[in-house]
Amino acid sequence: MDIFTNLILIFVSAALINNFVLHYFVGICPFLGVSRKVDTAFGMGLAVTFVISIAAFLSWTFTYFILRPEAPLPSWVWQTVSGEPTATVDLSVLSYIMYIFVIASSVQFVEMYVRKFFPPLYKSFGVFLPLITTNCAILFACLEIMKNLQDPTNLWGLGQAMALAVGGGVGFTIAISIMAGIREDLDLCDVPKPLRGAGIALIVAGIMAMAFMGFTGVDKGLEGALSALLK
Amino acid sequence: MMSNQEPTALERFINGILPENPVYRQLLGMCPTLAVTNGLKPAMTMAGATAFVLICANIMTSLMRNLLKPHLRILVFTLTIATFVTIADKFLAAYLYPMSKVLGPYVPLIIVNCLIISRCEICSSKQGVGTAIADGFGMSIGFALALASIAGVRELLGSGTLFGFEILSPEIWPAWGIMVLPPGAFLTLGLLLGLAEWIGSMKKKTA
Repeated sequence: MDIFTNLILIFVSAALINNFVLHYFVGICPFLGVSRKVDTAFGMGLAVTFVISIAAFLSWTFTYFILRPEAPLPSWVWQTVSGEPTATVDLSVLSYIMYIFVIASSVQFVEMYVRKFFPPLYKSFGVFLPLITTNCAILFACLEIMKNLQDPTNLWGLGQAMALAVGGGVGFTIAISIMAGIREDLDLCDVPKPLRGAGIALIVAGIMAMAFMGFTGVDKGLEGALSALLK
Repeated sequence: MMSNQEPTALERFINGILPENPVYRQLLGMCPTLAVTNGLKPAMTMAGATAFVLICANIMTSLMRNLLKPHLRILVFTLTIATFVTIADKFLAAYLYPMSKVLGPYVPLIIVNCLIISRCEICSSKQGVGTAIADGFGMSIGFALALASIAGVRELLGSGTLFGFEILSPEIWPAWGIMVLPPGAFLTLGLLLGLAEWIGSMKKKTA
């Protein structure tokens, strides 16, 4: 499988087949909390996609060079200090703390940068940006990237990490936008009183998850089609 | 002065179990609630890990509550939580390896469980260690009860078992495979939330 097919498959898999919200249940808080109107939901989706890409870039860089088993930088330091030329270092115990630090600080920096240089964008993103720090979708993307950087013989490159992150963000945007569209119409419906609010939203999400289960197996067909196309 | 405004340890403990149940009342910690409740075993392991992290983080933040700078507190909370989650994750990987494989990324995702940050923010960064511990235990029991109710329904309907023991044999109960898949999680939690709301409104009417 060449790199192009691989990237497309990772992207489609993250966006549709294993949708972050409807398959892995990450990012449920904004999915239920900020899905009352389509515009705000779409804005939230874009903000998440933006932050997830930055966090994925940073976490891939940190994991690849510092945190993974046999990572080059700490191993080189340790070899120089201890004088053992083949010794390697595994710092993966630090990865969770590192990711949280990376996510929290990148959200801070993105917020400051956008506020300074893109004021209109800040006005539409502003409310959501601080909320994103505790959004599990971002940490989940970092963890998936970490999982694929554990085996030294089969490492993900930056391209694959970015495909996963952007795919996940796009999938989140699709899911939250559909959800907001349904909820706008749901306001006009006669929902049983105890189910109003979160209850009916979760049931709608369940039906959406069933619909997204229909994408299972799309990757096999897509792989075949792409390899036929590239021949 | 503080004790007059803030709830006492006993009130905190009782509040956590039902009146302010983290899942049914506050809608916190939805990610593990939906993701690991396809069986009682993973759900209870997750409840245990969350309880450990919640109680330890409550104790730590309560001990350093006078040193916290307001604008840095959220960062300090998350870093404290991340430390304890790393401990819990390594412990699970060492002693319960198959379970840690099943739970996968959801153990590290305890770090961003809003339940823990909200308890640090609301309770333990303002009150003493005793109250913080009571609050941690109460909330953990409430969370475990909520996870158990959802996981019980899903495992019973989805595979006819409880804790892996067969309750409904395949002849009388054709297992609903959808219940152990992602859509089942959303449907079960949505209906149980409605049920909890309904029971609450009934109570109010009779009272």
